Amino acid sequence: MEQIIHAGKPINACEVPISYGLKLDTLSCERDSRLLFEHLSLDLSSGSMLQVMGPNGSGKTSLLRILAGLMPPSEGAVRLESNSGSSVMPLNQMLLWMGYATGIKMLLTAEENLSWLCSLHQQPQSQSQIWQALAAVGLRGFEDVPCYSLSAGQQRRVALARLYLNPPPLWILDEPFTALDPQGVTQLEQHLVRHCEAGGLVILTTHHTLTLTPARFTTLALGS
Amino acid sequence: MNWTWFHRLSAPKSFYEVSGRWLPWLTGLMLVLMLTGLLWALVFAPADYQQGNSFRIIYIHVPAAFLAQSVYLMLAVAGLVGVVWKIKLADVALQQAAPIGAWMCALALITGAIWGKPTWGTWWVWDARLTSMLILLFLYIGIIALGQAISNRESAARACAVLAIVGVVNLPIIKYSVEWWNTLHQPATFKLTEKPSMPAEMWWPLLILVLAFYCFFAVVLLMRMRLEILKREARTSWVQAALKTLVGNNA
Amino acid sequence: MTSIFFSLVQREARLLCRRPAELINPLVFFSLVLVLFPLAVGPESRLLQSISPGLIWVAALLAVLLSLDALFRSDFEDGSLEQWAVSSRALSWLVLTKVLAHWLFSGLPLVLLSPLLALMLGLPSEHIPVLVLSLLLGTPVLSLLGAVGAALTVGLKRGGLLLALLTLPLYIPVLIFGSGALQAELQGFSPLGYLLWLASLTVLAVTLTPFAIAAGLRIGLSE
Repeated sequence: MEQIIHAGKPINACEVPISYGLKLDTLSCERDSRLLFEHLSLDLSSGSMLQVMGPNGSGKTSLLRILAGLMPPSEGAVRLESNSGSSVMPLNQMLLWMGYATGIKMLLTAEENLSWLCSLHQQPQSQSQIWQALAAVGLRGFEDVPCYSLSAGQQRRVALARLYLNPPPLWILDEPFTALDPQGVTQLEQHLVRHCEAGGLVILTTHHTLTLTPARFTTLALGS
Repeated sequence: MNWTWFHRLSAPKSFYEVSGRWLPWLTGLMLVLMLTGLLWALVFAPADYQQGNSFRIIYIHVPAAFLAQSVYLMLAVAGLVGVVWKIKLADVALQQAAPIGAWMCALALITGAIWGKPTWGTWWVWDARLTSMLILLFLYIGIIALGQAISNRESAARACAVLAIVGVVNLPIIKYSVEWWNTLHQPATFKLTEKPSMPAEMWWPLLILVLAFYCFFAVVLLMRMRLEILKREARTSWVQAALKTLVGNNA
Repeated sequence: MTSIFFSLVQREARLLCRRPAELINPLVFFSLVLVLFPLAVGPESRLLQSISPGLIWVAALLAVLLSLDALFRSDFEDGSLEQWAVSSRALSWLVLTKVLAHWLFSGLPLVLLSPLLALMLGLPSEHIPVLVLSLLLGTPVLSLLGAVGAALTVGLKRGGLLLALLTLPLYIPVLIFGSGALQAELQGFSPLGYLLWLASLTVLAVTLTPFAIAAGLRIGLSE
């Protein structure tokens, strides 16, 4: 594991030889003196999927942002540990984060967006790979179209194409199904399950009921 | 070195208790120093042979200016402590100290202007010290405005900390550049604080008053911080208990 | 590191060139402010010439400030900054690159436009090199310090006025040394001392402000 990171080579879920786990250690989150959740402890190991559920304002997005390291928790800590040596691994080399705002620039084309995001996140990138990924999310022929002229669902698909570009193993996705049509939803569900079965780890929020889930699937209800 | 005492003190509850014990003593000290200093300065100290009695305003002006500058330094130190060690008490100190510093800055400017009228014959001159003090006031206002614009309390504290640190790095550069600008544009003839020879009977009350102002700052800061901690920790049981005893004592 | 540097500069260049108004507006603003002064104080050329160093510098300072208000806002709103913050790249490097790319496309044109306006204000043409050099050294500092303010106000709906309030006091040394260089030149002294001061401010700003900008952005993101 260490060697792979030092070599600066991208880490592919399929190449990860050992299993790892994300440890949530008594997390608490307080926003504007309102307690969203308290003493949340959870062990997630590779190959599993966690769906965070709860009504609006229950702290789903806050939890995901804490896990991604964008927000400090009021208390507690998040650690990514390899199960063999229980050494702590740097989270940001293993993480693919997609917030509700996906980081797609409207003024850039689909291909320009992806090629920038890939070089930012050290995912390998060649034009043909990006075109393949765009084709995989059903955007063949839209590679050179500026994103402002795409529909909301198509813009979401541009962001989702990153999941097809040799991605890191830990995916944290905030409402990834937003604006997708039924066929897109099914395809994304299949892709998430495939990723988990290949040893990846998926944490997501969605209001939509998942029809397809991997063997190791847990839900977490907030705000109850 | 053992730092546990520091962390124990920085917990809101123990800070509230310890500061409650210090506060009466500090207030007493402040009153004694302030009364001695003012009486000495305004009644017993001799009048200046050039400026007569109007010079006595420096007994307010100089301590206020001292305090305004050191409070800004304190803001940056508190900000650094808050950012590096994530101590919430430092955030509270930063945000509660900023308005006091701004008022001291304003006081120094106003007394400077009042002193300027009989001495220079005008309310305002672009003297290097006065100009730097005015810029310092704007730096304070920036910190206060930023703190009020951000609604999330912790983000506001951390943003103010960053701004205070950037400001304190800039402050010597600002001071130096303003001084340079000033000497180039109008050679200073008469400075407010640089007396070539100030006799001891004028000097001592000034020193006492500077100390009194620092004590005053400490008292006001502790009171503001205690109030803020009560507000922030309002949900906790120890605050509810503390409030009950406070209300009970008054009733 | 170099490849990410070039792809970031390329991205910024594309974004700025596809919305050219954002590049041109500060330049128009700069020219307009300088046109206002002769109208306000009268067209007397001796007076204009003697105050022209200050006028040009104040106008440049305001134009840079104006162009920085939107520096991080769209990246913040569409989630790009989140991607920067979670990536394994150092955020301070990314923001330094972004600010320098922004300066290249908005600060540099301003520097190039300044000789024309300076001549209109009656500044003798032999002093133009000092003007250009002082702006060349000073405007990156203005961009970097302003970026600190822009980062700290990134999450706020109406940050424009607040940005000016936070940033303008910090701009004072640059203003003093920048206009001082030109004034010294006009009065027949050597502007070298001022220019060296500006150069050291540039070095200081390039070294230190990226950390403050990154810290400010992380605070905005944790909202």
